[in-house]
Amino acid sequence: MSFQEKLEKNIWGFIAMVAIVVSIGGIVEIVPLFYLDTTMEKLNKDEDSIHPYTALQLEGRDVYIREGCYLCHSQMIRPFRDEKERYGHYSLAVESKYDHPFQWGSKRTGPDLARVGGKYSDEWQIQHLKAPRSLVPESVMPNYAFLAEAQLDDTLTERKMHALKTVGVPYTEDDFKTAATAVHGKTEMDALVSYLQVLGTMVKFQEGRDYRE
Amino acid sequence: MVAKELESQTYNLEIVKWFAVCAVIYLVVGALVGDFIAWQLAFPSLNFDPHLSFGRLRPLHTNDVIFAFGGCTLMATAFYIVQRTCEVPLWSNKLAWFTFWGWNAIIVSAVVSFPMGWTQGKEYAELEWPIDIAIAVVWLSYMGNFIMTIANRRTSHIYVANWFFLGMMIMITYLHVVNSLAVPVTMTKSYSIFSGVQDAMIQWWWGHNAVGFFLTAGFLGIMYYFIPKQVNLPIFSYRLSVLHFWALMFGYVWLGAHHLQYTALPDWAGSLGAAVSIAMIIPSWGGAINGLMTLSGAWNKLRDDYVLRFMVVSLAFYAMSTFEGPVMSVKTVNALSHYTDWTIGHVHSGALGWVAMVSIGAIYHLLTRLWNTKIHSESLVNTHFWIHTIGTVFYVCAMWVSGIMQGLMWRATDDYGNLTYTFAESVAAMHPYYVLRSVGGLLVLAGALIMLYNVVMTIRGAGRSAARA
Repeated sequence: MSFQEKLEKNIWGFIAMVAIVVSIGGIVEIVPLFYLDTTMEKLNKDEDSIHPYTALQLEGRDVYIREGCYLCHSQMIRPFRDEKERYGHYSLAVESKYDHPFQWGSKRTGPDLARVGGKYSDEWQIQHLKAPRSLVPESVMPNYAFLAEAQLDDTLTERKMHALKTVGVPYTEDDFKTAATAVHGKTEMDALVSYLQVLGTMVKFQEGRDYRE
Repeated sequence: MVAKELESQTYNLEIVKWFAVCAVIYLVVGALVGDFIAWQLAFPSLNFDPHLSFGRLRPLHTNDVIFAFGGCTLMATAFYIVQRTCEVPLWSNKLAWFTFWGWNAIIVSAVVSFPMGWTQGKEYAELEWPIDIAIAVVWLSYMGNFIMTIANRRTSHIYVANWFFLGMMIMITYLHVVNSLAVPVTMTKSYSIFSGVQDAMIQWWWGHNAVGFFLTAGFLGIMYYFIPKQVNLPIFSYRLSVLHFWALMFGYVWLGAHHLQYTALPDWAGSLGAAVSIAMIIPSWGGAINGLMTLSGAWNKLRDDYVLRFMVVSLAFYAMSTFEGPVMSVKTVNALSHYTDWTIGHVHSGALGWVAMVSIGAIYHLLTRLWNTKIHSESLVNTHFWIHTIGTVFYVCAMWVSGIMQGLMWRATDDYGNLTYTFAESVAAMHPYYVLRSVGGLLVLAGALIMLYNVVMTIRGAGRSAARA
């Protein structure tokens, strides 16, 4: 009796075999990412100013996730000439090390946002979020005017930071204490704009350095 | 007649009926939401903030078609096939009804969650943590019942369709549990415990295997039972099905990394993903050939068996999209196709062409067997077949053109090395294709409505003739 035939007659053996076979690929591709040194690029002191999101930026990021922005906007610039021209330096893995969950996206119905921070003024961003077609007539983005009317809930921010700290984001006691006051009286629009304005600004790239060896 | 009655007393066919009817309803809902968001991309004034904007409705569409329509189809067919091929009733009827009501409660909670903006922000795994726990519990009730029914079987061998269902159930358990691990803040807000590059790899390990196992392995189980049944011939090759099964189980798991080519994911992972993706053409085509060759000597049946048409065309789409997928995983192609509508087109040639068609075929087949009657209108099945096929072709072709056009417009530079087009110009160029895609979706929706009508009329007809008897 062949091995296959034995399995076909023994449900428990069959289950065990399938459970092993389907686990191999995932283990090989995922586990090394947690311990291989080369997964994250090494930055020197001048380059590296990657920090956890501030209270307001964090709230803005949650608005970004809630509205499903990642379904039309990527945050992952690839190392191609046209992407460098259009969006800036290619993205690094370290840049999203505090992103729970990652927001690299999979589709560009709208442009990449990985380095949108500082590209436009706050006023432009607010106007564009309220009525995208008033600034970009070709745009198919929904209007987000309601964000300017929605007050942030300042009681939740500190809890969010505590949750993120348990999974490794280095928030300090000081961050927790000031969280509520930092978002108090602010709208979801303020928060989202402050998040957009920090995107891609945390690394000072050196001209000519190859970050993906 | 006596045998039939005996059988209906022992087998639990009631649960199959309920899941099958739910699947048809969710097909209509999924196509409706899908087509609505397609029109939103063509005409953005159709976004009604905040609850009915594209960003909140898109997860509703994907989760409905995958887990509500696909899930109910898989549950109906698995519970049907496992009883038939093991020649025993379900292990536990109570557990089966728990699975039914639990799964539907999850679907209802998803319909509320997404317009409210309660999301974990990971594609096809958007539902928040309390619902994720419920999914795990209900899923295990489904798997447990299936396994115990096999354990109780009267046949000596486990039939091939059940292998595929088992593989799907085991892998989906792994994927769902690992990818949904999160630290809660409130009942409706949590953060993934993984971040950045590791989160990306785990998400696409989940994402591609939602396709590879939920939408492929499970539906291959359907194919391996319903095609031989519909043509009344045994499956073409046993050896090919053994190869198909184990190669699929081993190989599919690796493919997720090809969603992250040229990103900040280390190169070795993406290359590994692409290499195995290309190798996957062999088992995929082996399976498609195995299904199609089952018809050898019986091709004439296609002339008047409309249900069989759905099944055969589904295999043609399966073969086509399992060729297209590996091509798109190759780095040079992916550099162009990634982030564009080509990906959306590829998914829909698989989803509308393969998954939906094989499901629709299986449900029409089940309809006559479960209610022991004739289909209300054979010609409406034929209408459904053509309208669905044409809708799918419209959709896929529109996305091929728009996707490749996007990729080319984004990378185009003039003689001086400047970008030729602004991003906004590429958005404007998509408009006619987005309209065409929406029309394709509308045809699919019309087909689904015709099916719902036909199903309702068939069941009502069966009820009347039973009352007369």
